[in-house]
Amino acid sequence: MVLFWLRTGRHETRADFKYHKSNPFRSPDPGGSDFRGHRAFRGIGAAPQSAASTIPGDWRKCKKYAKEEMIRIENLEKSYKNIHALKGISFRVPKGELFAYLGPNGAGKTTTIRILTGLTRRTSGDAWLGGFHIEEESLKTKRKFGLVMQSINLDQELTISENMDIHCRLFNMSPVDRRKKTDELLAYVDLVDRKKSLVKQLSGGMKRRLMIARAMVHSPQILFLDEPTVGLDAQIRRRIWALIKKIQNRGTTIFLTPHYIEEAEFLADRVAFLDEGKIVVIDTPQKLMEQTGTWAIDRIDGDQMEPVYFKTRPDADTFIAKQEESYTLRRVNLEDSFLSFTGKKVIC
Amino acid sequence: MLNGFIAVYLREVLILKRRIKRQLLTMSVSPLLYLIAFGYAMGDTVRFDGHTYMEFLIPGLIAMSSMTQAFAISTDINVARFYWHIFEEFQAAPISDAAYVAGEVMAGMTRAFISVGVILIIGLFFNVSLAYGNPLFWLAIGLNSFVFASLAVGLAMLVKSHADQSMLTSFIITPMAFLGGTFFPVDRLPVWAQDIIYLLPLTHASKVIRQTAFGILPDSSHYLLLAIIGVLFFLLALKCVSQARD
Repeated sequence: MVLFWLRTGRHETRADFKYHKSNPFRSPDPGGSDFRGHRAFRGIGAAPQSAASTIPGDWRKCKKYAKEEMIRIENLEKSYKNIHALKGISFRVPKGELFAYLGPNGAGKTTTIRILTGLTRRTSGDAWLGGFHIEEESLKTKRKFGLVMQSINLDQELTISENMDIHCRLFNMSPVDRRKKTDELLAYVDLVDRKKSLVKQLSGGMKRRLMIARAMVHSPQILFLDEPTVGLDAQIRRRIWALIKKIQNRGTTIFLTPHYIEEAEFLADRVAFLDEGKIVVIDTPQKLMEQTGTWAIDRIDGDQMEPVYFKTRPDADTFIAKQEESYTLRRVNLEDSFLSFTGKKVIC
Repeated sequence: MLNGFIAVYLREVLILKRRIKRQLLTMSVSPLLYLIAFGYAMGDTVRFDGHTYMEFLIPGLIAMSSMTQAFAISTDINVARFYWHIFEEFQAAPISDAAYVAGEVMAGMTRAFISVGVILIIGLFFNVSLAYGNPLFWLAIGLNSFVFASLAVGLAMLVKSHADQSMLTSFIITPMAFLGGTFFPVDRLPVWAQDIIYLLPLTHASKVIRQTAFGILPDSSHYLLLAIIGVLFFLLALKCVSQARD
């Protein structure tokens, strides 16, 4: 029996959700339009491309936009005793971009964020945020970004406004600014009515929204979001996504490590695939998916489900016609791209 | 630096305010038990330099309590670091390590002074009132709490878990509390034992707190020593906070 599970409308939804703005940094065509050959569509075992060959080159060479790069990383490495967590990663994120950083557990995503935000020291390499070196000008760098960590790091025994107030004071904000920005941001994340509530009385979604508001209160140019929707139900998750988009529309550069891969697909302007401490590829979600194929058939092979990718629907139909086993036909998603580039599943 | 210090200190004060009833109760229990068990039990039969044992004990308890309460900030830092991950919020903020350490040390000292206030009030119920108006008495308490709050911040950065934290209390604070001249006059011990006990900062603090409470002019070398140890522990705390980035 052939089972067709067609996820129609996925791309339409994505197109509706994705705002369209003139972004000079949107990748032109990173690796040319070669589709990596039909054999490569077989997903598992596909040869990874080098980061250098896939970083969209146009904006990187363009001096006009050089000043606008908000994150710049050059050969960043981090080792913990016998573990080589980051193996010389390099990339740049221009102003206003939502950059998603994707990889399996232990790939080095959180390590990268921790180094960029001053929580962990690098072993070698360099990084700049908003033009300031992360270690040599660390205090200036820290004014440039807001950070939402994976774990809830709020003071549970304090109220929402007390949490905000302490954060504002850390950023040397005047009393007037503290009040004004706190009210503005709490209204922005729909928590203004709860500002006298203790944090421990809030739901998980409210705590996440508060963490985002707190990270934004000093008007940072860059916002680091480390799995901001972990542990939240689908409805709240989408609310957080809308909030993230709203923040990006204010001109904030966002560096996101998503917990759910569709987060990157829906939200990101560009995505980096990170695997075993190395950048495998960087491109727009659309380009990455196109490089993998358009249609995917999940074929059960023993204990494994092996996806096979096709450029066109007729190619997929031809393949299906020859099969006798059970199949699922669907559109290619970002997880397929990750699988095809690294040969690994993303288990965030 | 000042804003960072105020933010760190304010956070601790707000938390302390939320827990104040529990804290006051905790701060009262041990001194009360010591005063009942040792102070009443000894009665007037034991006298040191013309003072009753109750009068001798209260300055010792003040030294001990200011030490334990100042050091207790390490548990709060430990919980904030490993359980609530609040420490990351400070690490990612544009504040210096010195501002963070100073804020936490000041919070530890605040707790120490509150605990001293509790003991003074309890002492009044036992009809003990000493020369508490002497500024040198308060200076000694300040230095003692500065020493142990600084040590607490440094050690809180070195420990790797909650379990390590309780080990610190068992191996550092508890022996010091009993041996640091709190319950008995160190001068009556054999010289070799005195040499060892005078290595403990609490011994110097107990001595000057007791002397000033009795209206005796203390030896300034004890203050100097406490100040030097305090500064060294503060520098150690700075180094440990900086190294906590790995």
